[in-house]
Formats: sequence, C-alpha cells, structure tokens
Amino acid sequence: MQLNEFLFLAAFLFCTGVYGVLARKNSVLVLMSVELILNAVNINLIAFGAFDHTIAGQVFALFVIAVAAAEVGVGLAIVLLIYRNRHSIDLDKVDVMKG
Amino acid sequence: MTWFLTNAWLIPLLPALSFAVILLFGKKLPRQGSEVGVAAVAISFLLAIGAGIAWIGLSPTGPDGIRQVPENNLFTWFHFGANSTSFGIHIDGLSVMLLFVVTFIALMVHVYSLEYLRGDRRYTYFFAALSLFTASMLVMVTAANSLQLLLGWEGMGVCSFMLIGHWWEDKPNSDAALKAFFTTRTGDIGLLIGITMTFFLAGQTFNITAINNAALSGKMNHTLLLLAALAFTAAVVGKSAQFPLHTWLPDAMAGPTPVSALIHAATMVVAGVYLISRFYGVFSQAFHIFTIGHSGFNLIAIIGAVTIVIAAVLAFVQHDIKKVLAYSTVSQLGYMVMALGVGAWQAAIFHLFTHAFFKADLFLGAGSVSHSGSHHSFDMKKDMGGLRKAMPITFATFIIGSLALAGLFPLAGFWSKDEILANAGHNGYAIFMVVGIIGAMMTAGYMTRCVWLTFFGEYRGHGHPQESPKLITVPLCILSFMAIVAGWLNGFGLHDFGSWTANPVVDAAMKLGHATEAKFSLPTALISTVAVLVAIGFAWAYYEYHAFGFLHGLTDRSHAAKASYTFIWEKYYLDTLWTDIVVGSIKKPIAAAFYWVDQKVINGAVDGAGIGARLTGEFVYRYIDQDVIDKAINETGIGAEEGGSVLRRLQTGRVQQYAAAFFGIGVVIIGIGLLALTHSF
Repeated sequence: MQLNEFLFLAAFLFCTGVYGVLARKNSVLVLMSVELILNAVNINLIAFGAFDHTIAGQVFALFVIAVAAAEVGVGLAIVLLIYRNRHSIDLDKVDVMKG
Repeated sequence: MTWFLTNAWLIPLLPALSFAVILLFGKKLPRQGSEVGVAAVAISFLLAIGAGIAWIGLSPTGPDGIRQVPENNLFTWFHFGANSTSFGIHIDGLSVMLLFVVTFIALMVHVYSLEYLRGDRRYTYFFAALSLFTASMLVMVTAANSLQLLLGWEGMGVCSFMLIGHWWEDKPNSDAALKAFFTTRTGDIGLLIGITMTFFLAGQTFNITAINNAALSGKMNHTLLLLAALAFTAAVVGKSAQFPLHTWLPDAMAGPTPVSALIHAATMVVAGVYLISRFYGVFSQAFHIFTIGHSGFNLIAIIGAVTIVIAAVLAFVQHDIKKVLAYSTVSQLGYMVMALGVGAWQAAIFHLFTHAFFKADLFLGAGSVSHSGSHHSFDMKKDMGGLRKAMPITFATFIIGSLALAGLFPLAGFWSKDEILANAGHNGYAIFMVVGIIGAMMTAGYMTRCVWLTFFGEYRGHGHPQESPKLITVPLCILSFMAIVAGWLNGFGLHDFGSWTANPVVDAAMKLGHATEAKFSLPTALISTVAVLVAIGFAWAYYEYHAFGFLHGLTDRSHAAKASYTFIWEKYYLDTLWTDIVVGSIKKPIAAAFYWVDQKVINGAVDGAGIGARLTGEFVYRYIDQDVIDKAINETGIGAEEGGSVLRRLQTGRVQQYAAAFFGIGVVIIGIGLLALTHSF
C-alpha cells in the first residue's frame, strides 16, 4: 500500500467534513462534520506514523479522539440548550451576533 | 566632691531641658511653666555651688598653685578628615566662677519675674526664653572648644532678641530687638573669622586650651595672630557693647526689667569680656599686653577706656532710670575690657564677678520702683522722686548697689575697681589708670544724680507708691548682701578669689612678659576713694542744695553749653551715624541699584517670559491643540465610526459564514506557505 492512498482518503474525508460544516443547516450534522475533519487528521497521523515506523502518530491520534469526545460533549450540550431556548437547531436562525 | 566637677555638664543641661518642657507643656502646668524654670535653675544653682566648693577644695596640682582638672570630653561631636571635635566641658576657676554667677543671678531673676511678670500675656514664653538663655550662657562658659563657645554665644543672642522684643506689639520694642540683634551680629562676623583663623593657626583644632598654648608658644605668624585677635575684638565690641557699637544696649532696655538685669547687665553682655579672658593667650600675644615698654597702648585698652568715658557722660543726661543703668553697664564693661587690655586679667574677671551682683541689684531695684512706685514708668524726672519713704527696702538696696558701683569702701566695687587701677599702674599703663579714676568719679556723679532723682525730693508721679511684694524684695536683699560681701573674697588683704581663679594660660602669658600681679595699693585706693567722695559730694550739693548756681540753667544761657548738651543728648549722633549714614549709605545705593535691576532686568525678564509664555500658549492652543491634536482625535473617532458602519455589514451573525472565511483564509495562507516552501528553497 502506498502512503498516497491514505492521504487521498483523508483529504476526501476532510473535504466532506468542511463542506458539512459550511453548508449544513442542522447543528448536529455540523458537529458530525467536525468529527469527519478530526478523523481525517487521525488517518493522516496514523498513516505517517506507520510509514515512519514510530508509535507517536498513534499516540497523537488517541489524544485527538479523547479531545474530540470532549468537544462533542460540549457541542451537543450547546445544541441542546439552543434547542430548549429556540425550539430549533437551524444555524441560520442563530444570528443574534449580527452587528 | 569632684563628682560636681566631672558632672558639671548637668548644669547647662537642666535649663535646656526646662526650656523644652516649658515650651511643650508650659501652658498646661498649674503655674504656666514658671515652676519648671525656677526649679531647673535652682537645681543648677545648687550644682554650681557644689562645683564651686569642690573646686575650692581641690588641691592645686599645676605649677604656682593653680588648680586643674582634666577636660571632660562628653562625646565626639563630628569628624572631618583626620580631625574629630569633641563636645567637652572645660572646668577651671573662670568657668566655675561664671557657673556660680550665672546660675545665681538667673535664680534671683527667675524668682523676681514670678512677681514682676504676673499676668503677662506671654508669661510661659518668657520663662521658656529665660531658661534657654541660661542654658546658652552656661554652655558658653563651660565650652572646651571655640565652636561650643559660638553655640552658646549665638544662643544668647537669639534669647536676647526674643526677650528684648518680649512686648513686640509696640514698634519701639521690636525695633530695639532688631537693633540689638543686628548690631551684635555685626561683631559676630568677627567671632566666626576669629574662630576660623585660630583653628588653622593652632594646627587645625578648635580646642581653646590648645589654641592658647599654640599662641603662647610663639610659633604663630604674629600678623595672622593679630588679625585673629582683631576679629575677636570686633565680636567683643559688638557683644559687650563697647564703643562704637554700644548703641544697642541702651535701646535693649525696652525688654522687661528682669531681662535687663540678667542679660543686659550681669551675664550676657560680659560674654565679650569672657571671650577675651578665655582666649587670653591669643590676645596677650597679639597685642603684646605684658611687654611693658613696648607700648603703653593697645587696641582693647583704648576701646575700653573710650567706652568708660563716653558712656559715663551719656549716663548724666538720661531721664530714664534704666538707661542710666544701661550706660553705666556699658561704662563698667569698658572697665573690664580696659583691665584685660592692660594685663589685669584677674582684676577684670573679679570686676565681672562683683559687677554682676550690684548691677543686677540696681536693675531689679529700678524694676521694683516702676512696678510699685511709678506706675510702670521709668522716667525719673516725670514719675519718680521722694520714693525713699514709700519703698524703704528698695531704697536701701538701691543705695547699697549704687555705692558698690561707685566703688566706696568696703563694698564690692571698691575692691575690684581698685584692683584694676592698681594693676594698670603696675603694668605701666598710667594713662589708663587716670582714665579709670576719672571714670570712677563720673560713675559716682551719675549714680548720685540717679538716686537723688528717684528717691529724694518730692514725688512727681501720679500713682500711690508702696513697697513691692516679697518675691521682689527678697532677691533685692540677697543681691545687695552680695554687693557688699562679694568683694571681700579679694579684699582686706585676702587673695582667695585670685587663687581660686588662677589660670595656667594667664600665668604663662605673664611669665612670658615678665609681669607680676599688683599688690593692694593704698595710695591708689585713697586717691580713687577721695575722687569718688568728691564726685558724690559735688553731685549731691548740686541737686539737693542747688549749689554751683552758675551751672543751673547753663544750657539756656550759653550756646556752647547748649550745643554740647544736645551733642550728648543725641548720643554723640552715633545712632545717626549707624542708622542713617552707614546703613543708609550702604542701603540706599545698593537698594536703588537692586530696585533698578528689579524693575528693569528681573521684572523685564519676568514680564517678557510671561508675555512669551502667553503668546506661545495662544499659538499652541490655536494651531496645535485645536488644529492638530483635537482634530486628530476627532478624526480618529469619525474614522472609527465610519469604518465600523462599513465593517458591521460583515458581522452577519451567521457562524457558517465566519467558518467559511476562516477556512478560505486558512487555505490561502497554507497555499502561500506551501508555494514558498516548494519553490523558493
């Protein structure tokens, strides 16, 4: 297996995630897209680690998974609170920061 | 007993502490601080008596039966370079004698003041100043080095100023205080110069004994030594009211009478005499006092002699009883200075000793007269006369003081005056002996006039004269007792005072000049006594029996007599000379020049600076403040507002647009970074 194949997969996942973050209206789907971006990074870390014969890549990936879990926890709590207050999780309607 | 001598520093310390206590707490004390002052001086007096007894009991260890104790260096005052100056107490016969005199007179005056100043508006302040004065004088007489002497000297000057101007609400009083202060200051410049010169001449030391020894060693440059002695003489002339700077002392009578008695008769004014006697090594070498035949004259003898005569003449024309006594004090100080000038050191300080008692007695007597007899007036011609019946105690004590001052056997003044005359003749200063006898006659004359005007004839005042209370009469009695017996210490063939005050410096100076002490001289004593009696008889006949009729009203008939009377009445125009001519001529051109400089140069500069500053200010306000700074600030605000209204459109509140912007910018930055990495390196 070539390194390139892993990098292409990761790039595809990353782009999918970015598209999801920028284009989806549903907050939960935005969060899921963020997870896609993070997992793309994880694939890169593990692939580089494996091809470099070092464990550091996998260690970093584990850190990223832990941070991602925490991030999803906080993110979902925010979404939940937004829903309670506005009875909607549509991001277009959350625009109180408009100047 | 030597405890009193080694701990003599307590004597000046107590009044100094009393000064601080009275100043801080005096007003809250039941007797407004006077009790503290009296107590401190009383304890000092007892300590001084103890020191005196200890001194007399000391067995003479020095050569020629001179008593000596080592100098007591209390602490190191300051260092400079390799030199250090100690704050020390110098005890010898002279300082022990002065400790006794000063504390004694101070105690009498303190007690007297309790009554004399009762209910005064500045009672507390008066006692504080009196305490400080006593402390300063005691510091001066025990000084081991010339700087301590200066400290006490100037401290006394300040107290003299404060006390002469005690009733400063009246302009003449504050004028008199200023006059006294400035006149003595004129001489004090000499003291500073003298101290500086002797410091270097004696090999960088302020120690008085060392300075005297260095002067006596003959290794000093005589010209410089003479200059130092002349500088000291200026200080003496100022402080001890010698001709021609004596004019401040009669004016100083503006102060309360106890002050006149203590400061301007008995103690402070003898500071100059003390200065000469303390630095006698310097003076005797500089003026060749003991070198008989070298010159029958020297400056201090001449100053003293001139002062005796001119002050005695002035005393004849005064209407104010205190001024008579003031001129008499000037004249007697002249005696002391002349005595020092003719080498009669012993006689000079003996006269200082006896004079303190009878002159304090006379001043306090005059105060008693004004306190209870003449309704607070001192004018003999208007408000006194015939007071002998109403005030018997005051009269008796005043008579004793006057006779002692005139120098009649066997009162104190007789012995000291005679000693001066005998020594003047013995040392070859015949002219000064004659001057001394003439001075004694004049003294007897003006004191007879003063006594007659005050106590004899008809009462001319408007009050109800009565005897003064005990607080006044008791000090008078004690002082008049001393005025009788003080002279016996060196009289009737005794030589106690002489042996107690024998001084190694004077002894050495006399040995250098091969001079000796004169014995009691019967012819001199007889001549002076007869002269004094003649003067008293003449004056008495003139006033009581209107004898010598051609002299009465002479000033109305003869222009020459009138002119000379006016000349004397105007105090030889010396005041005019000092205030109008000397001060005026110094003041006027300098003042005019300064005024011109002030108006034209300084005011011009100040005005110019002011106008310049105003113009600059206006320019800065208009062009920099308004146009640059304010504008910049306003523009910043406007710019920020406009920028904000543009930028707020970007602030959509849509999170995903922000995220898109982040992402786009991130891609661009990373793209640039990648391109840079791959292509330029």
